[in-house]
Amino acid sequence: MAARKTTKKSEVSPEEMLSYYRDMLLIRRFEEKAGQLYGMGLIGGFCHLYIGQEAVVVGLEAAAEEGDKRITSYRDHGHMLACGMDPKGVMAELTGREGGYSKGKGGSMHMFSKEKNFYGGHGIVGAQVPLGAGLAFADRYKENGRVTFTYFGDGAANQGQVYESFNMAALWKLPVIFVIENNQYAMGTSQKRSTSTDEIHKRGEPFGIPGEMVDGMDVISVKEAGERAVAHCRKGDGPYILEIKTYRYRGHSMSDPAKYRTREEVQKMREERDPIEQVRAKLLSGKSITEDKLKEIDKEIKEIVNASAEFAKESPEPAVEELWTDIYATEIPQEVN
Amino acid sequence: MARMTMIEAIRDAHTLAMEADDDVVVMGEDVGYFGGVFRCTAGLQKRFGVQRCFDTPISELGIVGTAVGMAAFGLKPVVEIQFADYMYPAYDQIVSEAARLRYRSAGEFTCPMVVRMPTGGGIFGAQTHSQSPEALFTHVAGLKTVVPSNPQDAKGLLLAAINDPDPVIFLEPKRLYNGPFDGHFDRPSQSWGKHPLGEVETGYYETPLGTANIVREGSAATLLAYGTMVHVALAAVEESGVDVEVIDLRTLLPLDLETIAESVSRTGRCIVLHEATLTSGYGAEVTALIQGECFYSLEAPVLRVAGWDTPYPHAQEWDYFPGPERVKRAIATVMEG
Repeated sequence: MAARKTTKKSEVSPEEMLSYYRDMLLIRRFEEKAGQLYGMGLIGGFCHLYIGQEAVVVGLEAAAEEGDKRITSYRDHGHMLACGMDPKGVMAELTGREGGYSKGKGGSMHMFSKEKNFYGGHGIVGAQVPLGAGLAFADRYKENGRVTFTYFGDGAANQGQVYESFNMAALWKLPVIFVIENNQYAMGTSQKRSTSTDEIHKRGEPFGIPGEMVDGMDVISVKEAGERAVAHCRKGDGPYILEIKTYRYRGHSMSDPAKYRTREEVQKMREERDPIEQVRAKLLSGKSITEDKLKEIDKEIKEIVNASAEFAKESPEPAVEELWTDIYATEIPQEVN
Repeated sequence: MARMTMIEAIRDAHTLAMEADDDVVVMGEDVGYFGGVFRCTAGLQKRFGVQRCFDTPISELGIVGTAVGMAAFGLKPVVEIQFADYMYPAYDQIVSEAARLRYRSAGEFTCPMVVRMPTGGGIFGAQTHSQSPEALFTHVAGLKTVVPSNPQDAKGLLLAAINDPDPVIFLEPKRLYNGPFDGHFDRPSQSWGKHPLGEVETGYYETPLGTANIVREGSAATLLAYGTMVHVALAAVEESGVDVEVIDLRTLLPLDLETIAESVSRTGRCIVLHEATLTSGYGAEVTALIQGECFYSLEAPVLRVAGWDTPYPHAQEWDYFPGPERVKRAIATVMEG
């Protein structure tokens, strides 16, 4: 899915539109299922759902090419599904099973895929940002023409290491796209209460990094912005910032009392700006896509998600011996009693 | 063989590693144009180009984070943190990312990185240029920690560290850069020019991590030391007239427990030395291991001689530093037991 490419800007065929619909729907249904499994006690600990933000990763994956890299924070399920990782492996990591991408060692926030150039899955707010710059450094060093999508949230945008990374990325002209997924809440603190500006993308200006604000509820706007950013990086002009205004419908994590915003605010966003509904309406307004075709896709997605949940329930729990593997290349013996 | 200071030996190791592998890059504050505050990387930029040996901004967290990203995509960054005391901002990246990448990706991604830092006191650096933070690293699963005590070992251990598939913290006792130091601060400085271990093998060789070195054989007691304290130990033993075995641990993790246990079981008495503060210091770990391995051979309680539990002082440096007089007192005590 990552290698999808359009020939001309702003020309989106019905087939492409349909694939965005499909990819966004997969994320939403997957996350709904994860929420259910959490409620049933099958997923423990932390679980940050991506519902509402689907257009961000699907739009940017549409602008990516084979070999481009992506790295993100702990709200990572959407990124993994969008870059083509197997929903079964993701769900089984949530349930902490052997079949999970990290054999149950990572959990919801820590998953990786070399095959899909997905570099995690990082649980410390902002810690993935310099890593993204480093990945881009390695690309530039190898002169392979690749770019790295480095995602972080509006909350992480107040971490010092983000600006250390901006400076180095600009100084060394690294092919990195800093994607600020601005869902407007750093856990329970609104942007207004935590951030000195309502235009975070302009914080790149003093470093000489161009940035733009993007409507993150519209997958086509995201894709087009992604293409501009990718073109900038591939030309060798250094980093680029996309501040993608988005909205998460669910809580920060599963234990969020949601006292920091009104029910009406969430409801209004869902009704008026939902990224999936927008695409659905566009598809149906054209001639080529029928309601039946969409139903078929809905059914197909449901089956994929159900299969992932089944797999995640049935995959065995990792053996306790697994606790001591993958710490070092060669295990350092330790006393176990 | 060639005469080298520890600085020259470390520089030689960098040069050989960079010659052997294009993926080895050297980065840090002042390492490129200036050649490093202690000159350990002098000439590397000129020889290998600015792409492979380069200056970074003063951004420790960002530097280490960037290096983790580079390492995740197959480069082998060798990072210099100008003083170990400057490491604290980078500790998050060292612990949460570098040390844990292999584990949480179930072996999919690794971090073959070396972070070099001048460590320890004896140069009137006071609080922020004299500390010995090794226990903060040995406490972290996923890291290896190395402390050389002479040019010959420094070169071989650094080459082994750069070639190691896991992140290695390489602590260079700054007081030993230009010559051995036995704690007799009031005597003229010695140089490596006349010391047997200033005679360094030419060409590429590795000193395997996890092998201790018996630097003085003895039968009455065992002194365990690393870094500068190896030289203090040797002086104290000669002055005490007691036939004490001195072991240079060389790597703290992995630890060569076999060599230690063999020696202590034979001598029945043991003292652990370090410059770092006493409480929760590395000596506590070694002491616990010894009582587990050698309990029935012990003739006396295991003693520790370490820095006091105070901030590293300026004026009273030689009251703080665990010099030969304190070590001799400990030898007398352990022999009475």
